[in-house]
Amino acid sequence: MLGLNKKDTSLLIIVGILTLLAPFILNPFPSDSAMAQFNAGYPDLMQRFVIFGIFAIGFNILFGLTGYLSFGHAAFLGVGSYSAVWMFKLLSYNVIPAIALSVVVAGLFSLLIGFVSLRRSGIYFSILTLAFAQMSFALAYSVLSNPKFNLTNGETGLQVYADDPQILQGANAPDLPHLFGLPMRATYTLDVGAWSFDFNAGYYLCAVVMMVVFYLAIRIFRSPFGMMLRAVKSNQQRMNYTGLNSKPYTLAAFVISGMYAGLAGGLMAAMDPLAGAERMQWTASGEVVLMTILGGTGTLIGPVLGAGFIKYFENIFSKINDNVLHSWFAFLPDGLEDAVVFLIHPFIGKGWHLTLGILFMLVVIYLPGGLVEGGQRLMKWFKRKKSGTDDAPSGKTEPAE
Amino acid sequence: MAILRVKDVSKRFGGLKALTDVNLNVEENSVHAIIGPNGAGKSTLLNCLVGKLMPDTGSVLFDNNSVLGLEPYQINQMGISRVFQTPEIFGELTVMENMLIPIFAMRDGAFRMHAYETIANEKDIVEQAEAMLEEMNMADKREMHAASLSRGDKRRLEIGMCLSQNPRLLLLDEPTAGMARADTNNTIDLLKQIKDERDITIAIIEHDMHVVFSLAERITVLAQGTPLVEDTPENIRGNPKVREAYLGEAA
Amino acid sequence: MDAILLQILNGLDKGSAYALIALGLTLIFGTLGVVNFAHGALFMIGAFCAVTLQKLMNLSFVTLDETQTDFLGNPLKVETPYVEAWFGPEVGATIIDWSVPLAILFAIPIMLLVGYVMERGLIKHFYKRPHADQILVTFGLAIVLQEIVKYFFGANPIQTPPPDALSGSVDLGTMIGFDPNAIIYPIWRLVYFGFAVAIIGAVFSFLQFTTFGMVVRAGMADRETVGLLGINIDRRFTIMFGIAAAVAGLAGVMYGPLNPPNYHMGMDFLVLSFVVVVVGGMGSLPGAVLAGFLLGILESFASTTWATTTIPGINQIIIYLVAIIVLLTRPRGLMGRKGVMEE
Repeated sequence: MLGLNKKDTSLLIIVGILTLLAPFILNPFPSDSAMAQFNAGYPDLMQRFVIFGIFAIGFNILFGLTGYLSFGHAAFLGVGSYSAVWMFKLLSYNVIPAIALSVVVAGLFSLLIGFVSLRRSGIYFSILTLAFAQMSFALAYSVLSNPKFNLTNGETGLQVYADDPQILQGANAPDLPHLFGLPMRATYTLDVGAWSFDFNAGYYLCAVVMMVVFYLAIRIFRSPFGMMLRAVKSNQQRMNYTGLNSKPYTLAAFVISGMYAGLAGGLMAAMDPLAGAERMQWTASGEVVLMTILGGTGTLIGPVLGAGFIKYFENIFSKINDNVLHSWFAFLPDGLEDAVVFLIHPFIGKGWHLTLGILFMLVVIYLPGGLVEGGQRLMKWFKRKKSGTDDAPSGKTEPAE
Repeated sequence: MAILRVKDVSKRFGGLKALTDVNLNVEENSVHAIIGPNGAGKSTLLNCLVGKLMPDTGSVLFDNNSVLGLEPYQINQMGISRVFQTPEIFGELTVMENMLIPIFAMRDGAFRMHAYETIANEKDIVEQAEAMLEEMNMADKREMHAASLSRGDKRRLEIGMCLSQNPRLLLLDEPTAGMARADTNNTIDLLKQIKDERDITIAIIEHDMHVVFSLAERITVLAQGTPLVEDTPENIRGNPKVREAYLGEAA
Repeated sequence: MDAILLQILNGLDKGSAYALIALGLTLIFGTLGVVNFAHGALFMIGAFCAVTLQKLMNLSFVTLDETQTDFLGNPLKVETPYVEAWFGPEVGATIIDWSVPLAILFAIPIMLLVGYVMERGLIKHFYKRPHADQILVTFGLAIVLQEIVKYFFGANPIQTPPPDALSGSVDLGTMIGFDPNAIIYPIWRLVYFGFAVAIIGAVFSFLQFTTFGMVVRAGMADRETVGLLGINIDRRFTIMFGIAAAVAGLAGVMYGPLNPPNYHMGMDFLVLSFVVVVVGGMGSLPGAVLAGFLLGILESFASTTWATTTIPGINQIIIYLVAIIVLLTRPRGLMGRKGVMEE
């Protein structure tokens, strides 16, 4: 279907169904039960799942295929957000031109930065992208925000004010981001018994966009171009002696992933019309690296899983506090209960970053293929258990998915 | 007619003269070996031929066009393919993909943004790659990762990748270095077969005399950065100057 | 003239910190071939060694002073630090006052140990893995270390004052013949600069004049050959990692009085220190030091009112701009050697 083989088609369909039904799947607990805090089916969080999914899918096209580790991709996300808010300010609150501009501007910006950074490879490339991103952050935070020339509105963040031109904003159009009149904040709540499910317009816009770009990513992965990108990672020397110029291939991957980041930034602004410089900081770039690695570098579904995993647990972990822990371990004798809670305490609530850091190190050390590899290993282990002991390792290696 | 002409090429690194006035002609459709003791300048010469080094003086003409100052991919596009001392292949890719890449490069040139096409739909290219794998006796290994091949198979694959582009000149840099005797003999047989079946010029830089005398039609002996003699294998074998150069090294 | 001199002096303290961190980074690059994203965290741990010592020194017990009463008429509670009780009030007070410099003694063994554990426990397993993996795992480690510090010390900066005798400023200008008040300079900055120079000198002479240092330098130039000589280069590299960690840690210990330490100070310095290393030239120790001071001073010049009114915010981006220009015009950096980190 759609020019994909059977396996990829089923992957696409599964991801499609999951995103479509996410409001149900992410809200498995009745809304007034004690477990309701583990529900993730509210619009704001679901939007973040897919937006960061898009960001990570794009990052993976660069890092997963070519092996070039960029530590500055948040700059493109930030540029996307700024472009979208400017579109809101100048044209109208319709999200289509805003998102379109954010992709275009991020593409041009990444072309510029990529052209310079890709003159070096390896660790130099990582540091160059880091330097560019930090420079963009500083530019956005202070340099491009002065009375004479205010492009970013500095610390406050760029937002729409009443006296902005908004030349195409119709008289009846909603006064917040909308898609041809449908406000992004519009949410329909479905109550079924004790459960309640939110269907949010913004989420579904993001979900549709993600499905489209996920499909495009599959096409890229399976295309001759994608194979050339993997060749860049594998052996540039052989590539160049085979009559191929690895530079434009890498630059093209860089620009594509920059455009994905810009798209994510544009969508972020479309959900909440505000753009701040902190979105460009290098910690934000680090986050997308974490997502991609955690999920599985170079795999199709990995980055999406990684983004969802990190955003979900970031949200859940920060909600767990000592009281919750005490209620969980109430079955233990008092002294033991206190000890267990004491031991777990540093890793929850505000300690989420500690957990994330440890998890990330463990993945890099023991599971370089991320969650996807973990899943594959589990599957193999189960299969071996089922089929008994005579299952000698077969010589044929599966091509990496 | 000479397909590759090296004229008065000199190269120094600081105070060290690596090459001095090297003149060399490789005749079309011949097998030409360049031998010499360690430090004779063989690698430097090769690097000058493929654009990795720029000689201080002199010229290198391939089919009457200068190759100096060109990028490796441009030199490849002129019809020169290179086989490395340690096989340079795409280890993380499958054997089939390794074979597809050079064929795509032949058709599409140095860069093409074919991001929305599917490899399976490129029937011609897939067929050519399959035929080449067949010729290399590697069809049964097509789904293996190239990194997991044996040393001999890696070398076969690399040579196959070069041949799939129908090069006019095949440059081999010590193709049997570090190989077991059996693999060495297989490689020699493969190269003999290529020489017999194709219109191709082979230039080979080699240390192993067994390989050189099994294959070469002409031999240039390089010593201290300059050609000592150039002759047929029979004459080289008996040449006292060559013996001296080699024995001198051994002593 | 005095204005120029003042800016140069102003750049020295940050320049010293850059130089010390970059020096350690380069030692690790050059010897182990590892890109250490956790090096900033070592700087931060050093600063928190000083914080910890200060807190320890201030540990007090409470006694009731019957001769005085508080406003409720109860006997006044008096806190007496243990050190004052043990060593007498005067010596004790001096120890507390000098806790930051004293922390150097405290930090050296801790930093050597941290470095040793890091190298043997983690970095060692990444020698053969790609640079990207090294970056990633040390990046993860940096997050973990800074979160641990945050857990114990909180998110707010903690004041670590210098000793009374070294706080305040001196009028440097009058000493070298300028008008009075032309160059007023905080004493601790001078101390920090002198300290940095001493450490840099110590590291260089260690590498230059000891056999150990000679082997390490040879190893930096050509690891394989040195390995062939039968010298156990790995053991020496472990020690070098410890030394690099100690250098970063000491830079952090003494930096506290200039800027109150917080848990993310390491990351802030790391990014800039990487830029410094790249500008100086990967693998070049003199390059790292030179570039550290140069960029520190450059930043100080870019922070003058004249510069910031001409180009607003230039102080924020000057280092990155310079780095980008240097990398594009001299890809190996100011003093880089051929073949280092070039794949």
